[in-house]
Amino acid sequence: MESIAGKVAIVGMGCTKFGELWDKSFYDLIIDACYEAFEDAGLESKDIQAAWYGSRETGYTGTWLAGALKLEYIPVTRVENFCAGGQDVLRNACYGVASGVYDIALACGVEKCKDHNIGMSFLITNPFDRSMTEWALPPASQFGQYAIPYFRHYGLSDEEGRRILAKIAVKNHHNGTLNPKAHFQREITVEDVLNAPIISWPLGLYDACGVSDGCAAAIVTTPEIAKSLRKDYMLVKAQQIAVGGNQLKLQSGRDFHHIQENEEAAKKAYQEAGITNPRKEIDLAEVHDCFTITELLIYEGLGFSAPGKGPEDVEAGTFTLAGELPVNPDGGLKCFGHPISASGLRMTYEIYKQLQDKAGPRQVKNARIGLTHSLGGNLGQHICAISIFSMPD
Amino acid sequence: MVGITSYGAYVPLFRLDRKVVGGRGEKAICGFDEDSITMAVAAARDCLNGIDREAVEGLYFATTTPPYAEKLGAPIVAMGANLRRDIFATDFANSLRAGTSALKLALDTVKAGSAKKVLVAAADCRLGIPRSAFEQNCGDGACALLIGDTDAAVTVEASYSISDEIVDIWRPEGEKFVRYWEERFTATMGYLSVVREAVSGLMKKNNYKPSDFSKVVLYAPTDRRCAELARSLGFDAKTQLQNPLFDVMGNTGTAFPLMLLVAALEEAKAGDRILLASYGNGSDAFVFQVNKQIEKIRDRRGMKGHLASKKVITDYMRYLRWRGLLPMEPGVKTVEFYSAVAAWRERDQNLRLQGTRCQACGTVQFPPQRICTKCHAKDQMEPYYLSDKKGKIATYVGDHITPMPEMPTITAEVDFEGGGRMECYTTDTMLEQLAIGSVVEMTFRKMRVEDGVHIYFWKSTLPRT
Repeated sequence: MESIAGKVAIVGMGCTKFGELWDKSFYDLIIDACYEAFEDAGLESKDIQAAWYGSRETGYTGTWLAGALKLEYIPVTRVENFCAGGQDVLRNACYGVASGVYDIALACGVEKCKDHNIGMSFLITNPFDRSMTEWALPPASQFGQYAIPYFRHYGLSDEEGRRILAKIAVKNHHNGTLNPKAHFQREITVEDVLNAPIISWPLGLYDACGVSDGCAAAIVTTPEIAKSLRKDYMLVKAQQIAVGGNQLKLQSGRDFHHIQENEEAAKKAYQEAGITNPRKEIDLAEVHDCFTITELLIYEGLGFSAPGKGPEDVEAGTFTLAGELPVNPDGGLKCFGHPISASGLRMTYEIYKQLQDKAGPRQVKNARIGLTHSLGGNLGQHICAISIFSMPD
Repeated sequence: MVGITSYGAYVPLFRLDRKVVGGRGEKAICGFDEDSITMAVAAARDCLNGIDREAVEGLYFATTTPPYAEKLGAPIVAMGANLRRDIFATDFANSLRAGTSALKLALDTVKAGSAKKVLVAAADCRLGIPRSAFEQNCGDGACALLIGDTDAAVTVEASYSISDEIVDIWRPEGEKFVRYWEERFTATMGYLSVVREAVSGLMKKNNYKPSDFSKVVLYAPTDRRCAELARSLGFDAKTQLQNPLFDVMGNTGTAFPLMLLVAALEEAKAGDRILLASYGNGSDAFVFQVNKQIEKIRDRRGMKGHLASKKVITDYMRYLRWRGLLPMEPGVKTVEFYSAVAAWRERDQNLRLQGTRCQACGTVQFPPQRICTKCHAKDQMEPYYLSDKKGKIATYVGDHITPMPEMPTITAEVDFEGGGRMECYTTDTMLEQLAIGSVVEMTFRKMRVEDGVHIYFWKSTLPRT
């Protein structure tokens, strides 16, 4: 098997504000994000030779993207992979270019979650269940299943555990106040988190990300073409996806205090990018904080913290903007919400701006290697996508 | 000899404190996810504890509160109890007397040699108009009796039936609540008169006197009328009459006489003679003889075990919510639609809780798989049933989001003894009662009603006893 490292570059990106965008249609969001990307790259829509469109709830085929941008008879394919969809749509565009068939490709992910009543539009039963014996398990009740086993396994009381989770929410909210594109831009305290209504024990309202509309886009090309367009293009060093085969829910005895898909994808991504000490070598990371407990387990799954040591690192501020390895410097899913197929590209946008030294008040010093991590699907059947990016040497 | 070879019963966990509706004592109320079918399954499983399910050749399911006006409940009960397909299974409906009618026919079926073992399951969850006397009086419950031709613990000496047409208690098609004429009429010209006719007819025909009976089990519309009937037949209400359990359970409809019979059998010993009489557009009366095989049926939860295990509810609104008598906010739609085809394809996994065990590596998995999750062997699976297995909780959550009649909705991952894991709701349980490692058992419940289809599945729960 080969590696994608060094074969593909991102040469332009766009990202809308995320939030309750009642007055914006998905056409509006696609146009805003993609035209920001075109301008950023110094290209036009006619330069795009192939496009990939990411959406779970906002349109079924690539025709949605072609229609919004008035693309003239190029190939456009819809990609859908739950919460990893944003990274997967980028991955498809990158492989299109890496294959040597396309020179310039577009990846765009969008959701209009708030067009649906209650925002999520519907819940996916597990697995697709037509005899309707199964339950609609809201995401908080899926991901919440990691919490109590983690607390018990590592000797934390529910109170102690919830405090650690609260600090993660506080960190991300603080980062969001520095980001004009974030849905939520306000500080919260640990007490705010602990006193918030419980949505699925032990998770409360502030342990969860919001529901938002949003769109982000990337223009992908060869490093040669990228070089001709700008000096500060971003190189793709790794793109890996690990999909669970429901091992966790079929096999008794498997534990709930770690997420196997995270570890499998990380192993492959670090190998592809030539990274041996992620905590030292990764300068910043955008990870899938759908819930605070998810972010805690991600620290350990990606090798940022040793198993069981995530709480210590949280207490030490390791992952704050000022810390050793800033995680979610843009505010994360916590402040952007989670337009499902847009999130992976929004994360990439932050890494892109950070590596270009354009992150303003959120700027991480000496940002050279960034990582994006997305985690979708139900327990046992997660889709974990990890990408690693760097500036050219 | 033909007779009762095993018995079982089911009283739901919850009791409504009658103070809340202006009465005394408690009445048994089934949970929002229970109905006549789920309770019948519970009683059947209690009855069949330790008994080879393959041996059952018939199932008679009796209720006045079936989920469907047209569609059999018996096949669903049969699958929940994991019986064979090649059996005679049918419903007995429409009457408070349906339970004993099913019993009578089961005895005749086995006596005639049409079947060696027939299971009778009777269940009811009748509804009274809020705050009515009927609501105060009725309760929910189920009973199951296994009728066989060998080693019967309880044999029939005599039986006698009256068929009587009277409009005293009735529920029109499509209506939720039972209607009734005034109690002075229904009690005197209905209950008292007809049961008296049946019992005295039975006693006269077979030369019995009142003192011949150790126990008299009578269907009872109320405590008072029951005692009155017993006395008018010459029985001693204090020493011979089976307590109709109004203060702890209530009138459980067509299951009532059979549940009271089980209560009597739990105290009975060899040599006892028991009279049983039901009521409902007539009366079925039986004389039973108990022999020493009764000592072999002591390990059932039955009436005693279920009555002792309870949670008392004092919030009337909670009860009304469970019965669907209070409108509730709709929840988020699930993306899937009901498919009768998928339900048919999955009926064994859903109703029998059938999983598969890999013959290559021994790994148990649910739902059934063709490719083994552990060793990846293809199509080397054998059926493996999880319904009677106990399990331990590996993780759990309490969902406050999805609107359900009871919140929070607890979902758990259960690891079964002997292998296998299943994600499922945990019902009849409060979050505070659970911990990682809690032992649970499986219970047959109703998940939802979709397009008029009642969808049944299994949930975990803390063991009743």
